[in-house]
Formats: sequence, structure tokens, C-alpha cells
Amino acid sequence: MRLILFSLMIFCFSGICSFFFGKNPRVANMMGAGGTVMGALIGLVPASIVLWTGRIAEFQRSWQIPYGSFSLKLDALSAFFLLTILILSAIAAIYGCTYLWDYRNRKNLGASWFFFNILVASMVMVVISHNGMLFLMAWEIMSLSSFFLVTFEDEIKSVRQAGWIYLIATHIGTAFLFVLFILLAHRCSSLDFTHFIASGVNGTSLTGTAFLLAVIGFGTKAGFMPFHVWLPEAHPAAPSHVSAVMSGVMIKTGIYGLFRTLSFLGRPEPWWGWLLIAVGLTSGILGVLFALAQHDLKRLLAYSSVENIGIITLGLGLGVLGLAVNQPVLAVLGFGGSLLHVLNHALFKGLLFLGAGAVLHATGVRNIEQLGGLIRHMPWTGTLFLIGSFAICGLPPLNGFISEFLIFVGAFMGMGLSDVSLSSIGVIAGLAAIGGLAAACFTKAFGIVFLGEPRCTPALPVHEISWSMRLPMLLLALGCLGIGLLSPWIISAMNPLIGNVTGLLINDIDVHLAVIVLPLQRITALSCFFVLILASLILLRRHLLSGKIPGQSCTWDCGFLRPTARMQYTASSYAQPITTMFGFFLQTRQTIHAPEGLFPARASLHTHTDDVFLKRLFHPLFHGIHRLLLRLHWLQQGRVQIYVLYVAVTLLSLLIWNLR
Amino acid sequence: MKMIFILHPLGALLLSPLLLGIVNRTKAFFAGRKGLPLLQAYYDLARLFQKSAVYSRTTSWVFRAGPMVGLAAAMTALLVLPIGGGAACLNFTGDLIFLIYLLGVMRFFTVVAALDTGSAFEGMGASREVQFSILAEPALLLSLLAMGEIGESAIDSGIPLPHLSLSGIYAGLSFSAWMHSGTVLLLAASALFIVLLTENARIPVDDPNTHLELTMIHEVMVLDHSGPDFAMILYSSAIKLWIFGALLAGILVPVRSGDFLLDGAATLGGIFLLPIGIGVIESSMARLRLLRVPQLLSGAGVLAILAIVLVLKG
Repeated sequence: MRLILFSLMIFCFSGICSFFFGKNPRVANMMGAGGTVMGALIGLVPASIVLWTGRIAEFQRSWQIPYGSFSLKLDALSAFFLLTILILSAIAAIYGCTYLWDYRNRKNLGASWFFFNILVASMVMVVISHNGMLFLMAWEIMSLSSFFLVTFEDEIKSVRQAGWIYLIATHIGTAFLFVLFILLAHRCSSLDFTHFIASGVNGTSLTGTAFLLAVIGFGTKAGFMPFHVWLPEAHPAAPSHVSAVMSGVMIKTGIYGLFRTLSFLGRPEPWWGWLLIAVGLTSGILGVLFALAQHDLKRLLAYSSVENIGIITLGLGLGVLGLAVNQPVLAVLGFGGSLLHVLNHALFKGLLFLGAGAVLHATGVRNIEQLGGLIRHMPWTGTLFLIGSFAICGLPPLNGFISEFLIFVGAFMGMGLSDVSLSSIGVIAGLAAIGGLAAACFTKAFGIVFLGEPRCTPALPVHEISWSMRLPMLLLALGCLGIGLLSPWIISAMNPLIGNVTGLLINDIDVHLAVIVLPLQRITALSCFFVLILASLILLRRHLLSGKIPGQSCTWDCGFLRPTARMQYTASSYAQPITTMFGFFLQTRQTIHAPEGLFPARASLHTHTDDVFLKRLFHPLFHGIHRLLLRLHWLQQGRVQIYVLYVAVTLLSLLIWNLR
Repeated sequence: MKMIFILHPLGALLLSPLLLGIVNRTKAFFAGRKGLPLLQAYYDLARLFQKSAVYSRTTSWVFRAGPMVGLAAAMTALLVLPIGGGAACLNFTGDLIFLIYLLGVMRFFTVVAALDTGSAFEGMGASREVQFSILAEPALLLSLLAMGEIGESAIDSGIPLPHLSLSGIYAGLSFSAWMHSGTVLLLAASALFIVLLTENARIPVDDPNTHLELTMIHEVMVLDHSGPDFAMILYSSAIKLWIFGALLAGILVPVRSGDFLLDGAATLGGIFLLPIGIGVIESSMARLRLLRVPQLLSGAGVLAILAIVLVLKG
């Protein structure tokens, strides 16, 4: 525990130092990124120890704040999230060093690093704090520091707009959490998590309400549909390494919060699982559909985060359902798949956001319709982005497949059980559809950006990014491959973690994990076989082509010898059949100038997909609230005397109230 | 016993190009032509493997990797594929997901290789391929699962196979399974057949013969491949047809006598009858309008869902 506190201190110290050295970008960069990496390395030690052994570390001091106590606890669940947070933050920090360098003359890098370090520190606090007050404070600091990071380029109007949406959304979410914690505290007369668990909120009518509050409150942070509206605004606005951290780990604190709350509420009821599965299906399918319809690379990735949160929630729902109907094997596989997907998504989404950042860094363009053919100038970035795309589609032998496989098998086990059957079929069909849609989405993202010919003449000469940006991406890609190939061992090592979440005994979990470990071993064997065959095919092809000179030509366009870049399929045209098929959900707007006459000169087609929920739900809602509040406008006279009168009247009425 | 397991993948590798020949001969028969030799696919493969290749200047390593990844995925898939009641080399709970996702790997790389050429035609094919797979994938998975749930009720606990593996599913099917839950099997088999036609680029979804029409899906994606690369694509699509053929023949010819040779021969017979069926369909039907294909595939999905609901309620 000492080490954690020490690493927290390093984060804060280096953040403050880089803030004061803000005038000197080089020093600020060194201090900021160096501090994050060092703090993360130190913090990883206790996290891995706790995760490995399942032993719990605690730290407690009394605190002045009412109901508060400075109580920290590192159990396997916290340690797992801590590990994810620290790994991705450190890697993103290394990347951010070079990424931010371009802004050195325009922006105060010190401030950015200050908020980055505070964000990391607050995320660490969120997952280790064991008191409601402390938790909410850390939660609030996390929201604020990430708000300042999102509004890094605050001279741009859309960035400010995104910042506002994020700030409002996150605070509405937090409001629900306040109610949740007040409810729990009222029942247990303490805000300590230990009391929540011990005094047993379970079995009362409170649990259902508390669960719903947690789903909304934490779901807003995690990005459940329809509370996801801030994600596609905030992630594109933030600098890429910040997007990676926010999308990779910060939204996962919402998932952590759900796991933690579930541990207070005792034995769940079946409808919790059904609700979570319904939320997961909605977020998963709609998330990836909206992702498919986007033209902005980072916006696309943000929507895809909603999709992956959906997959995580499907696993979570399955696990909850397993506990509710007393089928531990469902719980083990559901929770296991869900948690592993948390880590996996941090790795490949981090990788993809860093890749998107590299594209932005090299070309200055975010609209994928203007890109193309980048893999020839940026072979490393292209290949690494391909690996990330492959992993996020859940294809073997990379890591995305493993976590989805766990959830799939969990759903298989649920088929034929009463109360679970329908949900299982939903999960299976949903995951299969999500897999297909994700493949469409990421073949589009990778194919249009990196393959083919450039669709516009780039403003800047395109260059490969430097090693300091490549290395972090390489590490993340290796992580994707590593988890993919070492899955049986990783799953076995997750035993204490699953024990912590399900409350089952280690030996029981071993029995249930055996269901999955053997298949995973076979999958590893098959993956190795796949790689082996691939290698031999490469050799075979080389052998077949040796001594022959492969011809060079232009792309065969059915006899047309001068195909231009403008004749290529665009991202919109690639996605069009699918967006039309699901047009009911997407409500894509089209502006068509159809070709006219015998010799049409000019024709154009523009499509734009707004967020349906933002447009149809939140805009009218907030406008309505605004209009209602306007009715009170007459109160606001702008004269001091009137306000003094208000104060006097209020005081007087309070006095009368008290006398009564 | 282990040696026999290896026989199936080897047999599939050797015999799968023959399926293409059978389809062609059937179509030739209906058209009143003499047709290509049965072994034409082998000749084509041999010729293509010896040729050199031509590459577009637009392409990168992704284009060159596509066919190899596709073939490697198809070959790996053979290892989990049971033949009739005979277990596959490797079987484990959930191997059907692995199989389906390997087909996904194949599709992913075919699609990105197509996009790598920067050709409008190939982009179009790629776009349609991913569109149809969104509907085909759930249908395939659910129909296999429906069969698995039947197998579970039919299987006696003596069989040491995980019941939610392909080998377990197919070991549980038999004539008696057809007797007591024929409806479910019929629904699942129909869904599977539609998916087979889609995934293997067959009429009424796709027409493998006309390379250069705007309606094409699979063939148009591989327009730019040549030489050994194209040979690998041809070979992997033959293997893919074999995979689906084995999946369908396992239901339609459910001979489970316990005698390995008899069962294997029956299923093999089924696999070879299937291309005749495909040939008949290709000769007697027109290709569907492209906009109708999603409806056909949704139909397959509905059949699969119906099958699984029936089996879980029944």
C-alpha cells in the first residue's frame, strides 16, 4: 500500500512541477511524462502482487470531512483496474511527449501535463478508495481534470462545445451517484464501503433502486446508450493520447463502479441481469452502427468504445444473471469475459487512438474521406493500426477473440436454463451481429485511411512518425498478441479476481474455469498452427515467385487504364448498404446533387449521421427545461435591492418555519 | 485412432477442388454442354502456382498477404471440422465459434486486400461482402446451436465429446433425431444452406461466372490477384465450400452406425452430392436482385431463430 501512496505522490508532484515549468516545454514534457511512467511502474508492483495472490492491502486514516475517512483498499478487483489504468496511462504518456511537441509554441504543455497526471492519480484513487466520500471526490477530480484535457485546444469552437457537453453529462451522472451513496449511507449510517457490505443492504426494497441509480450514474461515465452522447464529442476533441486514456481506461471506471456497487447489493435479482444484457445489446449494436456511419476517424473510434462497453456489459449481465439463478459457471464465464474485455479494450482501443493520433500528426486530417494510401508512407503505423483493427473485430488469434469467446461460451451454458435462455440467445445473436458489424466498421477505417490511393493531395508531406510514438503502439500491439496466445494461463491467473467478484471459493472457480481452460489451450494450439501454416505459405509463395519478376501495372479497372483516386470507393459508399439497411436507427441525412442532363458536369453526395439520442432526446429535453426555466426569468431583475429583499424574505420565512 | 482424425483434413485438402469440378459439370449437363473436365480446378491450380504475378502499383503488403492469410485460416478451420459423426482432430466447447471467426479472418483479409487496390469495383464487392456477412454470421451460429440442443437430448452420456462443440453437435444427430425433431433440423438445414450459398458466392446471391459485372461480390474482390496468389484464393474457396458441405452433409446424411468407415463414406457421399444440388440451383434459378439478398439472409436468420426457439421450448 505504501508503494501506491508513493506513486500517487509522484503523479501529483510531477504534475505540479511540470505546471510550474510550463514556460519551458522540454522540461514540462520530461517532468510530466517521466512522472507518469515512474509512478505507474511503482504502482504496478503492488497491483500485480495483489492480483496474483489475491491478498488484500489496506490503509486507513481518520479524516476531518464528515462521513469521510481516508480509507484505501486494494483487493483483486481494484488491482485489476489499477493495472489496466497504469499500463495504458504510462504508454500514452510516452506517446504524448512527442505528440504534444507540435503544440509547444501555441500551448502551455505544463498545464496539459498537470491535468494528465492529476487524471491518472484520480483514476487510481477512484479504484482504490474504500469510502463513499473519498470515492466521490476522486470521481469529481477525475471528471474535472479530464474536462480540462478535452478542452486543450480551447480556441476551437467545436472543442469548447464538446467540453461543455462532457462537463454537463458527467455531472448529471455524478448526481445519480450522489443519490446512490446517500441512499446507501442512510441505510448503513456510514459511507465506508466496508459498512455497505457488512450491514447488508441486500434483501431490502432499496437494492433495486440502488442498482438502477448505479446503472445510470456509472453508465453515463461508461457510455451506455443513451447516456453515451458525450463520448463522440469529447474523444475527438481531446489530444490523441488523452483520448486513448479516456476511452481505454477512464470510461472503464464506470464499469468498475458497477462491479463495486454490485458487491454491496448482495445477491442480485434476475431482472438486473436482463436489464444489463438489454443495455449491452443496445450499446453494442447501435454503437458499432453509428461508428460505421462516421467520417471522422476519432469519432468513429469513440462510437466503437460504446460498442465495446456494450460487450463488457453483456458479460457483466450474464454474470449477474448467473449469480441470480445460482449458476456459478455462468457467473464465472460472464464476469471473466467482461473483465478480460476491459483489459483487451484498453489495449486495442489505446492502440487505435494512438494510431489515429499518428495519422492526424502526419497529415493534419481527421476526415477519412480525404485520406488513403497512408500505409506506403507510414508502414509501421499502418501495420499497427491493422493489428488493432483485427483485434477489435474479435478475430483469432488476437485478444479480442478470447474475451468474446468467454462470453459466448457463458451464453452457451445458459441455453436451456429457465430465466436465462432468452437472454443467452440474445447475447449469442447480438455478439455475432456485433462481430460482423465491427468487421465492416474496421475494414472501412483501416482500408479507407491506409489503403488505396490518397483521396486528396495532403497539405503536409506525409512522413512516418518517430520511434518515440511508434514504440508505445508497438507495446500495445504486443499486448494484444500476447493475451491472444497466452489466454489459458491468463484466465487461470484471473482466479482470485473472479473470486473477488463472484464471492465463490477458489476451488469452485477452478472447477468452473476448467470448462474454459481446455478450449483455450486448444485455441492456443490452433492459433500457433495457423501462424505456422501462414509462415510456410509465405515461404512457399517466395519459393514460387523466386526467379520470376512480378509484373507492375496499374489497378485493373475493367479495361480503363487511368483510374484516378477519385474513382475509388469512399468510406461513405463503403458503408452505404449497411447504413441504409439500418437507416431506421441511424437517420442519416443526405444532401444529393444528382447528375442532370446528357453530359452531367457536377454531382455530389454528402451524408451526415447525427447522434439520434442527442438530437431527438437530449436536445428537446434540455430545450424544454430551458423554456420552463425562462418562466422564472422575471425573478432575475438585476437590481441589488431586489436580491437583498429575496435574502431577507428567505431568512424571515426560515425563521417563521423554525418558530412554528 | 488418432491417425484417422488426420485423414479428414488431408482428404479435404486433396478432394476439395473436385467440388468445383462437380458444380461445373452439373451446370454443363443442364446447359447441354460437354463441360470442363472434372479435374479442371486442379489443372488451374497447378498452372497458376507456376505462373508469376502482376501487382498494381497501388498495392502494399496487405494485398499480398490477403490470399495467404485466407488459405491459412481455411486450412486451420479443417482441424475443428467433424465429418459426419466422426470427431474432428481437435474438439472443444465452443469450437464452432472458432470456426466461424476463422471464416471471419478470411473475410477480413479478402476485404482489406480488395480495398488495397483502390479499385471502385473491388470496393463495391468488399462493401457487399461485409454487409451480407452481418446477417449470415448470426444465422450460421444459431442454426448450429439449435442442432446442438437437439443433439443434447439425443446424445447418450457415453459419448465423451463436449456437446457444444461441432464434433459433439454432429455426433448427436442421427435418423432418430430427424424422427423426433425433424422440424428443427429442417429449419436449421435450410438456414445453413442459404448461408452456404452466400458464403461461397453462389447463385442466387452471387454469380461466380461473371467477373465483371457490377452485381458481383466475391469474384470482383479478387480481380487484381494473379499467379500463386490467385491460386491460393481459388484453393481456399474450394476448402470453404468443403467446410460448408461437410456441415450440411452432416445433417442431411445422418448415418451414425458407429462404424467409422461407413459413417465417413456416407458423409463423403453427401459432400459430393451437394455440389450437384448447387449446380441444379445455379442452372434453374436467376440471381436475386442485390437489394433482395438481405431479405433472403434475414429469412435465414429467422429460420435459425425459429429453430432454436422450437428446440428450447420443445
